[in-house]
Amino acid sequence: MSTALLKADKLTCERDDRLLFSGLSFELFSGEVLQLEGPNGAGKTTLLRILGGLFSTFEGVVNWKGQDVRQCYSEFQQELLFIGHKSSVKATLTPLENLRFLIGLQQSVKEGALWQALECVGLAGYEHVLCRNLSAGQKRRVALARLYLSDAKIWVLDEIFTAIDKKGVAQLEALLVEKAQSGVAIVLTTHHELAMPGVRQLRLGQVSE
Amino acid sequence: MSRRNHSEQGLLSVLGVVLKREFLSAYRSRQELANPLVFFIIVIVLFPLGVSPEPVFLSKAAAGLVWVAALLATMLSLDRLFQSDYDDGSLEQLVLCAQPLYLIVLIKSLIHWSLTGLPLIMLSPFLATMLHLEAQHLPVLMLTLLMGTPVISLIGGIGAALTVSLRSGGILISLLVLPLTIPVLIFGTGTVQSSIDGLSVAGHFSIMGMMLALALTLSPFAIAAALKISVSD
Repeated sequence: MSTALLKADKLTCERDDRLLFSGLSFELFSGEVLQLEGPNGAGKTTLLRILGGLFSTFEGVVNWKGQDVRQCYSEFQQELLFIGHKSSVKATLTPLENLRFLIGLQQSVKEGALWQALECVGLAGYEHVLCRNLSAGQKRRVALARLYLSDAKIWVLDEIFTAIDKKGVAQLEALLVEKAQSGVAIVLTTHHELAMPGVRQLRLGQVSE
Repeated sequence: MSRRNHSEQGLLSVLGVVLKREFLSAYRSRQELANPLVFFIIVIVLFPLGVSPEPVFLSKAAAGLVWVAALLATMLSLDRLFQSDYDDGSLEQLVLCAQPLYLIVLIKSLIHWSLTGLPLIMLSPFLATMLHLEAQHLPVLMLTLLMGTPVISLIGGIGAALTVSLRSGGILISLLVLPLTIPVLIFGTGTVQSSIDGLSVAGHFSIMGMMLALALTLSPFAIAAALKISVSD
């Protein structure tokens, strides 16, 4: 087996004088789906932000392809798709403009592909409506349209199913399975019961002494 | 080890994407852009009514007044520089972008200046004429503003980036940034005063040019570092 795409080594994180996790180690291989579990406040989002390089007050090392992420950060960023619980969708722009920006930060995409992705997330006909006039679920779908376009090899997804209806969730799960099969490594948090095969779970909230 | 994607986005296209989006979202909320301008005009229009309408007095106060009003108007617009990006989470995406963040924030700051500072400069000759500043000094005033307002925007950007994750950032920005902008104000008004006194202004302009060069080259790094701290909070 090749080296893990992402490897967390003895991560310890403390926030507001509270130990979230200590000595947390895990590996993530290409094609794997890892679901972080745990009650609210267990540190799931913090862990995802650590993996994405957005949170730096922790001990331990995150390795990417065997190298410390901090040493090859820009290469790592090129391969990373991070969707946080703030969806990064600007209310004063249309779904099309938002998507063009969010994808454009990372990769070049043809205009037709943007339209197609919006159609895939059920926003056909809403391309030119300002996002402030969309519902919460529709706004989230704008952010999720990135999943259909991204070339990134590591996906870090925080609560992506929030405000998405049942049919949408099923569709997204199918997409995640398909992407995992094509070699993408996925870390996600959700309080939904995932109906996907082959999901590995990692439980947070039980601090090992 | 470092296999790169075929469709990886180059630096220029990323900057282009940021540029387009900034202008677009500024255009969509254009009434917000009018706020600092209206403030600028009102302060200058009210001043003669409140203090003295004497032409001799006004022509003396004109440069300083236009400069102070421009400084405060720019300050007023600064707290929104990164606020909405922070609130909706797109700041995270900018920080996560593989291209250098300091170039992205430089673009953002320059766009901010072109939408707030530049209109102020366009208006300044009319308002200065109203304050009886002689026409021959108007180009000097405009040139000092042209060199000085980007410095204010860039230094202010550091304050905005540091306070973006705080609730009452607006007041803090002023407290943090105003002392740093005082040299710009002193040399801005000093240049116009020298011109009125018939002295050479070349030295003043050199110093203002130096401040502009320093702000352009150094503050983006400070803004980028401050944004990274704010985002990882």
